[in-house]
This record gives sequence, C-alpha cells and structure tokens, in this order.
Amino acid sequence: MSGQLPEGVREPAPGEDLSGRIRAIAAEYPVRRSAVMPALRLAQEKYGWLPPEAFREVGDALGLTPAYCKSIASFYDMFHLRPVGRHLVEVCTNISCALVGAQQVLEAFEHALGVHAGETTDDGEVTLRTVECAGGCGWGTVVAVDHRYREPVRPDDVPAIVADLRREEAGDGG
Amino acid sequence: MAAKGLRKLLFEHAENHDLTRLEEYEAVGGYASLRKAVGMERQAVLDELLAADVRGRGGAGFPMGRKASFLPKPGDTPKPIYLTANADESEPGTFKDREIMARLPHMFVEGCVITSFAIGADAAFIYLRGEYLKEFEIVRAALEEAREKDYVGPDVLGSGYGLRIVVHRGAGAYICGEETALLESLEGKRGQPRSKPPFPAISGLYASPTLINNVETLATVPKIIELGGEEYARIGVENSAGTRLFSLSGNVANGGNYELELGTPLRTLIYDIGGGIPEGRELKAIIPGGSSVPVLTAAEVDTPLDFDSMAKVGTMLGSGAVIVIDDRCCMVQLGLRVAQFYMHESCGKCTPCREGTRWMVQLLRKIDAGEAEQTELDLLLDVCDRILGNCLCPLGDAAAMPVASYVAKFMDEFQRHLDEGGCPFGGSSSLDHVTAPVDQHHARMRSEIEVPVA
Repeated sequence: MSGQLPEGVREPAPGEDLSGRIRAIAAEYPVRRSAVMPALRLAQEKYGWLPPEAFREVGDALGLTPAYCKSIASFYDMFHLRPVGRHLVEVCTNISCALVGAQQVLEAFEHALGVHAGETTDDGEVTLRTVECAGGCGWGTVVAVDHRYREPVRPDDVPAIVADLRREEAGDGG
Repeated sequence: MAAKGLRKLLFEHAENHDLTRLEEYEAVGGYASLRKAVGMERQAVLDELLAADVRGRGGAGFPMGRKASFLPKPGDTPKPIYLTANADESEPGTFKDREIMARLPHMFVEGCVITSFAIGADAAFIYLRGEYLKEFEIVRAALEEAREKDYVGPDVLGSGYGLRIVVHRGAGAYICGEETALLESLEGKRGQPRSKPPFPAISGLYASPTLINNVETLATVPKIIELGGEEYARIGVENSAGTRLFSLSGNVANGGNYELELGTPLRTLIYDIGGGIPEGRELKAIIPGGSSVPVLTAAEVDTPLDFDSMAKVGTMLGSGAVIVIDDRCCMVQLGLRVAQFYMHESCGKCTPCREGTRWMVQLLRKIDAGEAEQTELDLLLDVCDRILGNCLCPLGDAAAMPVASYVAKFMDEFQRHLDEGGCPFGGSSSLDHVTAPVDQHHARMRSEIEVPVA
C-alpha cells in the first residue's frame, strides 16, 4: 500500500516514531489540526490499518484527543478502522461501470479470490471491496489494485490480475 | 454559424506534446499568461475573468469572475486570503479533472497562480481526491518544476508577489467536493457542510476570505488571459462561454473525455464523437451532467450542451458528465443504485438527507422486487419532495431530483413493477443485483453481531 503519503514524505519504517514527521506536515498549515488527515495516512502506512495506538500517536503529535482522531478517520472511506489485507482490490460499481458489467467483474474477483465483497482472504493477503465512483467512468469497469487504477477491466482480465497479486506475495516471501 | 463540436482550447497541444513536462509546456507558450498577468494590475486580471463570462466547471456553474470579485481586496481585510482548488472530483460519471491533472498539470498550476495573484491570495490549497494517486504524483512533480523556475514561490517571476501552494489529499468522501465540506475537511474536521451565509468569499478557510474553484475552471484561466476575456466570451453560446471537457460514459462505443464548444448538441457527442450505442441497442435515456441531475429521454438527444438549453428541458449541465443508458437498463434499478450512492455519501448532518436517502433506498428496493403497494410509489415521491430544498447542501437534492425524474419520465416502467409484481426485465436488466458499497457495510455489521471480533 505504498504511495499513500503526503507530499515529500517517505514511507515509515516499521515501529518508527511518527511524531517528528507529523509535526513537519503540520508546519505546512496555518492550523496544525489540518494535518490530521495526512497524519492518519502516515499512521495507516505504519500499521496497515488504524488501531487504537495509531490514534494516540497522531493525537499526541497534533494536540488532539485519540477520540477526535478516530472521529475523523471514521468519516472517510480510505481509512481502515479494522485490519485489511496487505493488498486492496476495489471494484467500482457505480452506474457508469455497472452499465457495462461491473457486477460481472466483481463476481469474477469473488470467484478468483474465494471471498465476497467486503471480505479478506483467509491468508490475510487480499481485501476485496466495492467502491463508489472511482472517476474512470468512460473506461469502465474501473478496478483499483493497491490504489493503482486498471481500466477497463473485463471479467476475463480478472484471473491474470489475481495471479499477479499472488505472484507478488510469493516474491515478497509472504 | 458553423455547427458546434470538438474544439480544443485546453487540449490544443496535448496530442503532440507531453505537457506534464515543464519544458514542453513552455515550448507551446506555457506560463506566458502568468508572465503577462503579473505584469498587470490585480483588478485588470479580475476584469478579464469577468469579461470572459466563464462559469464554474465543477457543477454549480456560478460565474467565476463574479465569485472572485466578492472577496475583499488584500488591503481591506486584516486576514489572509486563500485560494482553494477543488480537485475532489467524485460526481458519478465525471472523470475530466483527473485527465486535466494527468495531462495538463502545469496549465492547472498556472491557472492557480494567476487566480491567486488576481485575488491577492497568501496561499493556495489544492484539495485533491484521495483515490487519485497517479494524478497527485503528477501534480506534485509539476509543482516542484514550477517552484524551480519561480512560477510558484516567495517571488513569482520577480514580481514581488509570493505564493505557497499546498496539496492536501482527501481520503474518500464525495461530500468533500461540496465547497464548505471541503473547507471543513481541510481544517482537519469531518467533512460536513456549513450553513451559509457567511459565504466562503467572506469567511471561508480558517474563517478567512477564500475563493474555491474547480480544477477545469482554474485550468481555463491561462487561456482567458492569453486570448483576453472578451475574445474568450465569443466562444460557445450566450451564457455559456468557452469550451468544456465532457466525460462520456455508459452504453456508448467510445467513452472518454472530449473538449467541446459549449452549445454542441448531445447527439453530436453521443453519435458522431462517441460512436453511438454499441451492440445494436437502442438509446433509452441520458444523464447529461452527472448522477445528480434529472434524466433526459432519447427524444431529447438534440438538446445542446449549454447551461440555458439544459435548464429549458428541466435538467442541468452539472459537471459535464454524460452517461448514456441503453434499453437494457431498468429505470427502477437505476434509481436504486443512484439512491444507494447518496445514502452512502450522506454526511448525516441534515435529517431529511440522512433519513430520506435511506427511505428512498428501502422503497426502491421494494418496488424493484415487486413487493411495493401503489401508496409506496407515492411515498417515494413524497420523500423526494421532503428532501428537496430542506438541507444545508445539495447532496440530498442530488438524490431526490434524479430519482423523481426517473419516476416522472418512466412512469410506465415503475407502474409495471407494481402491476406485474416484479421487474419487467425479469433479471436481464443491465443493473440487476449490482452490489453497492452500502450492501457491503450492512453485511459487515450483521457479521459483527453474529461473530463478535475477539
């Protein structure tokens, strides 16, 4: 899930203390609370999702309560309040994609991964979910794999996409 | 007058040049408009925007020059002034700002700087949709290039004007495209709309005067400065000056973004440019301006794509997202999928929207399943009516208006669901049983109740 970081910020190392970098982001804004979204994104990079300690860490760095930080995270779809797979497959099923067969693409992923939309594979590797309009409507069906858009995707393309993901895991030693 | 159609103003050089690279953008005249603008008086730049009569490209269509002129002048306010670029494109059917950021990032940045200069902004914030990762990387790279050449920075082209641009990434919330929700989100809050007044021009970001413009609107500014406002206003039709990038999608052969002179007939876009309806199907309906707007029937396909012509047929140009729907689509299911989207994206602040969109989904589900009584179809329209105009922002209206229009224009189809006890398409509709994100959330909540997480 690389590439989800704010401008000029490198990926955090596992276990790294984020407070210095969160404060550096906050300096970009007239009011430091504005940094809560980029800070949560950093924390999500570190933990893979947003566990209670992530809210404490972000809150401490920005002078906010953990509860406030969680109230922000819960508003936005891209923040994960529970563990998700190492890879995220998102299928747009809004009207433009649905009109050209998004449901069939989704079902092809469900079949290939052995999970329903909203679930994670048993090995914890891949989370599959539907999303609202991804903004590639003229090239539907749009599928985002780890936030990189594939468009258009047809049901026939799905086995190769899943095989790529599985190969990547093997290559990662995972 | 010649028939209107494709007309490349923004994308003039984009076919033969990689305009994401600064030197190529400069080679075709890039940043010359900024150089020209910083040599002018601020008011003279504003006057060009006013003369261009350019209307906002985000959806509401408010004249940009007028909106900019509502802000206090830099010397008349003790507060800083801000420009906010609305790059949170998420109206279903719309993918034009994405293409502008991916292919014309410098034109967008140049427009931001010229506009900031015109209003005397101390800083500009680009609120960029979180899902648009590639576009974020391209805009960030363009900004770095622009800073190196002093197009952005403490002393823009030696003019003495300084501007800082901060890219702020969203995190997945349609409502943050609404301007006051966007400001809340940028301030580090939940993206819930504010009540207006005060309008952002007076009290916006951090309670300071703020101008908020869409990506495409800002990307148009260099061209307006290059041509001059009056010359720009000659393009298009009355009350709809210039070109717009239309996003064409759905059941059409050649989906994509097309820059058209305003006033181009829908038919030209769908058939001549878009290649018509594939697989020998018939055109059934057209959503002309993103999922929020009332639908048009196939008989209205000759309507010109401009603000006034769309208003005349009871709909809106909106975000310029033209969604083509063929005869395989059940209009009840279309209404259901649209209502599910707005239910999912309702921020929860205003009761009519929060509860009403939920009611709409439940009623449409019953109608689709053939389990609804006649009174429940009436109730659906009643719920739409109770949402319309009763919320702080247009999100609730954006659900109620299109769904009410599907009932009005395709009443026979809705009625058949009631009379025949089911969908007349018998499971063969293109939108049959589409899984929406709201379905997913419900599945998750049920499983939590049954199997508590340890």
